[in-house]
Amino acid sequence: MSQEMTSLPDAPLLVAEGLAKYYGSRLGCRDVDLTLHAGEVLAIVGESGSGKSTLLSLLSTELAPSAGHVSYRMRDGEMRDLAALSEAERRLLLRTDWGFVRQHAEQGLRMAVSAGGNVGERLMAVGWRHYGNIRQEAADWLVRVEIATERMDDDPRTFSGGMRQRLQIARNLVTRPRLVFMDEPTSGLDVSVQARLLDLIRQLVEEFGLAVVIVTHDLAVARLLSHRIMVMKSGRVIEQGLTDQVLDDPREPYTQLLVSSVLAA
Amino acid sequence: MTALARTASGMPAITYNFAYLDEQTKRMIRRAILKAIAIPGYQVPFASREMPMPYGWGTGGVQVTAAILGANDVLKVIDQGSDDTTNAVAIRSFFETTAGVATTTRTRDATIIQTRHRIPEAPLRAGQVIVYQVPIPEPLRFLEPRETETRRLHALSDYGLMQVKLYEDIARHGHIATTYAYPVKVAGRYVMDPSPIPKFDNPKMDDSPALQLFGAGREKRIYAIPPYTRVVSLDFEDHPFAVQAFAEPCALCGAKGVYLDEVILDDKGGRMFVCSDTDHCATRQAEGHTGSMSAPYGEGQP
Ligand SMILES: Nc1ncnc2c1ncn2[C@@H]1O[C@H](COP(=O)(O)OP(=O)(O)OP(=O)(O)O)[C@@H](O)[C@H]1O
Ligand SMILES: [Mg+2]
Ligand SMILES: [Zn+2]
Repeated sequence: MSQEMTSLPDAPLLVAEGLAKYYGSRLGCRDVDLTLHAGEVLAIVGESGSGKSTLLSLLSTELAPSAGHVSYRMRDGEMRDLAALSEAERRLLLRTDWGFVRQHAEQGLRMAVSAGGNVGERLMAVGWRHYGNIRQEAADWLVRVEIATERMDDDPRTFSGGMRQRLQIARNLVTRPRLVFMDEPTSGLDVSVQARLLDLIRQLVEEFGLAVVIVTHDLAVARLLSHRIMVMKSGRVIEQGLTDQVLDDPREPYTQLLVSSVLAA
Repeated sequence: MTALARTASGMPAITYNFAYLDEQTKRMIRRAILKAIAIPGYQVPFASREMPMPYGWGTGGVQVTAAILGANDVLKVIDQGSDDTTNAVAIRSFFETTAGVATTTRTRDATIIQTRHRIPEAPLRAGQVIVYQVPIPEPLRFLEPRETETRRLHALSDYGLMQVKLYEDIARHGHIATTYAYPVKVAGRYVMDPSPIPKFDNPKMDDSPALQLFGAGREKRIYAIPPYTRVVSLDFEDHPFAVQAFAEPCALCGAKGVYLDEVILDDKGGRMFVCSDTDHCATRQAEGHTGSMSAPYGEGQP
């Protein structure tokens, strides 16, 4: 085995350094450093307005940072500064090696396109041109996310909230991405629907060795899914570490408050 | 744009600049056309002008024709394959009046053919120009309403969405149900809306010796297919593109392999199928071809 290959698993997948975002004079987030490895799940928690979504948008190149850099290890092993990617490279990355599951399904799905078409879109975008194969692959993924294949020609407007989120997941995972961003994927769902979705996400993360950056205000979600956790307050990371350690033994008074309010809830 | 001139009798008469548009506007449109020819299938924005007719009447095509028309051109105008509809007659007489050019209904005699909804059956030849009237130039509009986004998709040759539309067709109808304005890829690069011609006509755009120009007036876009350019209709490997087939030949001229219109004959369900291209049908009949509904040979002749 070459040295390069043996060293690859240790190389980080995603690295952010000194990230900051200002909306005019208002702070979105600042001074964020993070490192994510393949197969690792990182939860970003904090109260409303603390900068979680802003950070996720910076990591996923949806927003350009006011300062700092994000780099990513491409499938060929090369570490690239994401700001230096061409628009074509960036798009290819977004729809092959990455996924993005959103809180509001309408932002992550094409609501007027059938479930099968939603899942097949990425395949067609990367050049699949055999209808039967696209359909078969879409059907397999619908089964994986527990959507009955009889529903594959229905559009997501006819789906429940939980089904829509599962469809988003299938639509994203069909190209076997290595990294998936999730912004509050379970918010707004009934508790039992939430539990089923979390279970599915956990199972897929394990099966495909996915790296995930998940934003949540729900510490129970963070505890269930994530290996590591970052606590944000007023646009800055105030505490981070292994999820169980941080949640069981929070150092910062603010984190202690967050944890106790969850216990109270 | 208009000027008073003296006629022989001394009466003032209104004269238009040749082909109605002023020379500066024509130059602007020609620049857009040249750019469109240089980048086959790419939609070039242009400053569309108000024309003395409503937008639905093909003002985009009229402006393109006005910009390329010369005094020696012979113009043919068709609408749904016919030279005699109100729309075709109005546009033809517009150019007769404003440019004084010769007009014809014969495809082979025309140097410029302005069309809505059809490509003539008679093969076009080198030196001819066909000008299409386009209502909606953006093929991606159906799935992506944002103009900034569709422009980016074209720039990146990102046409997965177009395929999604065809996928949806098959999922819902069992086959690709799009029969008009069927999307094509031009010169292996840009996906283009061929205007609402039947997909039957799509193969005629491929490798055509004629220059093909497309004008959208309301949407202010011009695009082009230069002569001898590859034009491929999008499809799937297991659902290949196919044109409409008609069970019977034309009832008047017996033509096969042409696009037919259904004509209702009475209120008892009587109907016949005839060439949509009226010039093609008339030419064939004049050559002695007959169909199932033709008058028997000799009848009606002096
Ligand atoms: N588009 C924007 N324009 C101006 N300010 C913004 C914009 N988006 C976010 N902000 C501000 O940036 C800060 C961080 O917002 P962000 O949405 O990242 O927080 P969040 O942690 O995701 O909150 P929530 O839990 O409510 O989703 C807030 O002060 C917010 O008002
Ligand atoms: Mg947020
Ligand atoms: Zn005929």
